[in-house]
Amino acid sequence: MASSIDDLKSAIKKALPDLDMVIAWAAGPDPLSHTPLFITEEADIERIEWDPRCSQNLAGYLPGLRGKKVGIVVKGCDARSLVELLQEKLIDREDVTIFGLHCTGAVDARTARKALGSLRGLESVSIDGGTASFSVSGESKTLPLAGVLQKKCFTCTGADAEVCDHFIGEHGQPPQVTDIPATTLEELQAMSMEERLHFWEDQMSRCIRCYACRSACPLCVCQDHCAAQSREPHWVDQTDHPREKLMFQAIHALHTAGRCTECGECERACPMGLPIMTLKQALNLSIQDLFDYKAGTDPDQAPPLFEFREEEKNIKERDW
Amino acid sequence: MSVNEGKELRIIGFLCNWCSYAGADTAGVGRFAQPTDLRIVRLPCTGRINPLFIVRAFMNGADGVLVSGCHPRDCHYSEGNFYARRRLEVLKALLPVIGVDPGRFEYTWVSASEGQRWRSVVTSFTEQVHALGPMPSFKSGTSLDMCLCQMDQTQVL
Repeated sequence: MASSIDDLKSAIKKALPDLDMVIAWAAGPDPLSHTPLFITEEADIERIEWDPRCSQNLAGYLPGLRGKKVGIVVKGCDARSLVELLQEKLIDREDVTIFGLHCTGAVDARTARKALGSLRGLESVSIDGGTASFSVSGESKTLPLAGVLQKKCFTCTGADAEVCDHFIGEHGQPPQVTDIPATTLEELQAMSMEERLHFWEDQMSRCIRCYACRSACPLCVCQDHCAAQSREPHWVDQTDHPREKLMFQAIHALHTAGRCTECGECERACPMGLPIMTLKQALNLSIQDLFDYKAGTDPDQAPPLFEFREEEKNIKERDW
Repeated sequence: MSVNEGKELRIIGFLCNWCSYAGADTAGVGRFAQPTDLRIVRLPCTGRINPLFIVRAFMNGADGVLVSGCHPRDCHYSEGNFYARRRLEVLKALLPVIGVDPGRFEYTWVSASEGQRWRSVVTSFTEQVHALGPMPSFKSGTSLDMCLCQMDQTQVL
């Protein structure tokens, strides 16, 4: 990865004069997660970081910067969000310069912190094969990937940015993770309907309604005009009942149905660590069966709920 | 209502104005006997149905939701029910994940002349929901309720 960061810096240096800004990652206050860096001057380029700690999906900034010439650095999953934004014509292809990278997997700051104990002296993180190496105060600590990666990386469908202007580094495969823990969706499938409702009730009673999931979601483009804040109709009321919080999650899942690329930002941003991407994963599985469609793969395709067929191949209606 | 308390369940029907609402009317004019658990909401078109209507109905305590509109290709607005079909199919994937039995929600097509069909749809759907019983409810209330409950318990101690 060391060589690809130098290539990345030189590519950005070359492109920056023609752009209003470039969005990349830089070291932040938390040693396990890098923060976004908005580069407008050449001096800032030296601050760019690129390693498994660059977990934030930067594509979410693009709709708000429409009209400006923006360069953006993307991993494989971020590129799929970007393609989805292009599909929905929320950004203009000619205004965006994409620097694509091969991602070796993104570290989950929450679980990695637990696995490492103290973060003092954490210098670098790298992923090679089936293990993650953390260099702490000159010593190297090796941990299995299943314990430190974000859950979305276990089901990664492509670690390379497929749609990009400049591909930096070498193409490669998604991280090879062994001993993947059972997903929440699999756990739910083993439960009865009533247990599922109470599972969500327990989870949602921890929700603090901060709406970080919405703010982090690159496809939640309504932001300040969100249905959750509307008074007429009053979709969600102000009580902190788990029912209302689950209602909001249903709104989020249905508003991103057929659009969600499972970039995992909602779960990463959640301060309470709630498994809210599960709802979107369930919808995506069904959408793949129904419409043979995967969000964020083809910039020219329309999302399935934006159109219809008179004869739906895979929809079997109930015969009364 | 009080007479039927405990015997009836709350089933919400979202019907399109042009076909199914008129179909239900035809069934009424024909004096077909049918279960009375269904409360009908009339809409201009099934394309008007936001899947969130159905989620909200379940969250507010409905035991079943039935959506009915014009047959595909017969939509008064040409294509409303084609969009609805896709949206409702996607909704079907969400409901079981949040703990709503898939049998509590169905969508179908009934035209204005199909009074007999309307009766069989309502009868079989009502039977299906009755077989599942009332929708399980949330155990706890708001955080305030939980605090008050804990305070009560400590006072008892």
